[in-house]
Amino acid sequence: MANTTTRRVNPALTAKPNPVVAFVGAFFGNFIVRRFLLFLLTVWVAATVIFVLPRLTGQDPVKEKLLLEAQRGGSVQAGMNEMAQEYSARLGLDLPLHQQYVNYLYDLSRLDFGYSIAYFPRTVNDIIVDSIIWSFGLMTVTLALAFLIGTGAGALLGWSRSPGWLSYAFMPFLTLSAIPQYMLGLVMMFVFAIMLNLLPFFGAYSPGNLPEWSLSFILDMLRHAILPALSILLSAVGFWAIGMRGMMVNTQGEDFMVQADAKGLNGVRIFVRYAVRNALLPQVTGLAISFGTLLTGAVLVEVLFQYPGLGNTLFYAIRVSDFFQITGIVMTIIISLAFATMLIDMIYPLIDPRVKYTQN
Amino acid sequence: MVVADQETITDSGSSDDEFALRVEDLQVYYGTPRGTVKAVDGVSFNLRQGERFALVGESGSGKSTLAMAIMRLTREPGHIAGGHIYLNGRDVVEMREREIRDIRLREMALVPQGAMNSLNPVMRVGDQIIDGILDHVPSGESAPNKARLNERVHELLERVGLDPAVSRLHPHELSGGMKQRVAMAIAISLDPNIIVADEPTSALDVVVQRQIMQTLGRLQEGLEAAVLLVGHDMGLVAQFADTIGVMYAGKLVEVGSVPDVFKDPRHPYTKLLIESLPSFDISRKFIGIPGMQPALLNLPPGCSFNPRCPSVHDRCYREVPEYLSIAGNRGVACHLYEEEAIP
Repeated sequence: MANTTTRRVNPALTAKPNPVVAFVGAFFGNFIVRRFLLFLLTVWVAATVIFVLPRLTGQDPVKEKLLLEAQRGGSVQAGMNEMAQEYSARLGLDLPLHQQYVNYLYDLSRLDFGYSIAYFPRTVNDIIVDSIIWSFGLMTVTLALAFLIGTGAGALLGWSRSPGWLSYAFMPFLTLSAIPQYMLGLVMMFVFAIMLNLLPFFGAYSPGNLPEWSLSFILDMLRHAILPALSILLSAVGFWAIGMRGMMVNTQGEDFMVQADAKGLNGVRIFVRYAVRNALLPQVTGLAISFGTLLTGAVLVEVLFQYPGLGNTLFYAIRVSDFFQITGIVMTIIISLAFATMLIDMIYPLIDPRVKYTQN
Repeated sequence: MVVADQETITDSGSSDDEFALRVEDLQVYYGTPRGTVKAVDGVSFNLRQGERFALVGESGSGKSTLAMAIMRLTREPGHIAGGHIYLNGRDVVEMREREIRDIRLREMALVPQGAMNSLNPVMRVGDQIIDGILDHVPSGESAPNKARLNERVHELLERVGLDPAVSRLHPHELSGGMKQRVAMAIAISLDPNIIVADEPTSALDVVVQRQIMQTLGRLQEGLEAAVLLVGHDMGLVAQFADTIGVMYAGKLVEVGSVPDVFKDPRHPYTKLLIESLPSFDISRKFIGIPGMQPALLNLPPGCSFNPRCPSVHDRCYREVPEYLSIAGNRGVACHLYEEEAIP
C-alpha cells in the first residue's frame, strides 16, 4: 500500500489564485462582514415571522377598527364594506400575500412601517420616534447606573478581603431584586407621590408644558423620571450585584489569583486587574443582552407611570390591534437587539483576548 | 541540608545566616466540620543558600501545603497553627501582611503548580512580568521607565529560553511549557534567594518536563538561590536535587543527600518508595506500596505508617517516632534507628 504512487492532489491547492475569487473570499472571510450578514439574516427571519403570524390569526384589522368605531358611534353599518375596501387598498392589504410580502420587505429595507391604523394618518415611524426618545433616555440612564452600581457592589461583595458589614449593608438590594419593578413602582408611587406628595406620579413632564430646551423643563422632566427610574434601578442593581458576586467568587478560586498573591502584588492591583477584570467578562455579555431589552424593558413601569415611552405605545397598539404599529415597534426592538449583539460581538475581542476575529 | 537542630548549628560554628530558610516545628492545620486535619504536623528542616532541596511524598502527604505555608499563602480553612519559618533570619509566620507582600518575589518566589492557569488570561505576558516589578519599587524611589522595564522583560524571557516577542502575547497563545517558562521568568524577576517550585512540571509531557527542570537548574545556579522543589516524581527529583526530604501523612520521615538516600534508604517508607521505582537493569514485576495513606482525620495511634510498614513492631502502635539526627547529616523518624541517633 505504501508503494501506491497515485496521490490525490487537492485542485484548490494547485490552482492559481484568481484575484477576484481571492478578494471575494477575503471579503466574506472577514469577521465584520460575516457578522453584518448574520445581522441582516436575523432581521430578515424575524421580519418574516412577524409578517406571517398576524396573518395566520385570520383577523381583519381594518374591519375590526371600523367595527369598534361603529360600536362607539352607535351601530351604523351602512357603507362599512366600502370603507373597509378603501382602507385596505390604501394600506395595501387587498393585494395577494406574496405581493404584500415583497412590498413589506421593500418598505422594511427603508425602515418604513407605513401608517398607524389607530392614529391614521400619522405614520408608525412618527409615533415611534416620539416615544423612543423617552424610553431610550429612561432606560440608558437606569441601565448604566444599575450596571455600574450593581457590578461595583457585586465586586466588593464577592471579594474575600472586603469588610464583613458590607454584605449586611447590601442585603436590602438583594431583596429588592426579587420584587417586580411594577410592584416597587406602585409602592413608591403611593409613598412619594400620593402620601408625601413629593414627586409627580404620571407622565414624562407636567401637563401643559411643552418639550423645549429650557432649564425649567429639564428639571420638570427629571422630577417625572425619578420614580420610574428608581423602580427599575432598585430592582436591577441587585441583579447585577448577584451576578458579579458569583463571578468574583469563581475568579478567586483560579490559580492565577494565587499566583498574583505569590507575586506580592498590591492588593488594589489584584482586585482591579486580576479579579474584577476577569469577573467582568460575563457581566458584559449580560449587558449586551440587556441592551436588546432596553427599549421595552420597562413596559409595565411605563404603563404604570403613564410614561410616553415605546413600551407604553406598544401596550396601547396591542390593545387596539394596530398591526402596523405593533410591527413597527417589534421590528425596532428586533433591529436594536440584533444591532446591540452585533456591536458587542465586535467589541468583545477587545476585552477578552481569547476571543478573536478568526477566519473560517 | 542539615537536620534542624539548634545544637548542631552551634556546634559546627555556623551562624543562622548560613541558612536561607529555616523551618521549625511547622504545623499547618485545616479546620473541617469533621475535625482538625493536621496537613503539616511538626516539620523542621533547614535550607542553605544555593541548596536544592526536594520534598517528595504521595498526594495528601502535605508537601504542597508545606510549600504554600512557606510562602504564607495558606488559604482558609487552613492556617499556620504553630512553628516558625525563618527566611533570611526573619520569621515569616510573625510578619504583617505588608511585610510578607514585600518579601514575596523579592526574597522568595513561587513557580506554581499547574502553570496552565497561573497566568492572568486577559493580560499580556510582558505586563504580568512588569506588574510584579512595579509593585516592589521601594517607597520613595521612582518606578523604572517603560524602556527599562521592557528591556528587563526581554532579558528575563531570554534567560528562561523564550523569544522576547513572547512578551506581547496573551497566555492562551502559549504552550504549556512556554507558560511554565513565563512563570519562571516572573519568579526570577527580582532575583529572589529562594525559589519554591510546587510541582512545576505537573501537566507537562516528559520531554518538556526535562527541559523545564534543566532551565530551573540553570536559573538556580545563576542566582545562587536555594530551591525548594515539591514533587512526587522520584526520578525527576533525583536528577535535580542535592537533598531530599520524604513526607508521609504530614510529617517529614527522612532527610538526606540524594545519593545517600537512594543508595541506602533508612525509613521503611523511603525503602519501599525507591524499590517501587521501575528500573532498566532489573526486570521484575511492578510492585507498589501496599495499602493506602491513612486519612489525616483518622490517623492510627503511634507511627502513621504502621498499617503498611513491613518492619512494624509493638512500639510502632504505641509511640509516635521522634525525628532523629543520624550520621551523615541525615535524619529519620523511625523507631528502628534510635541507637544511631546523634544527641
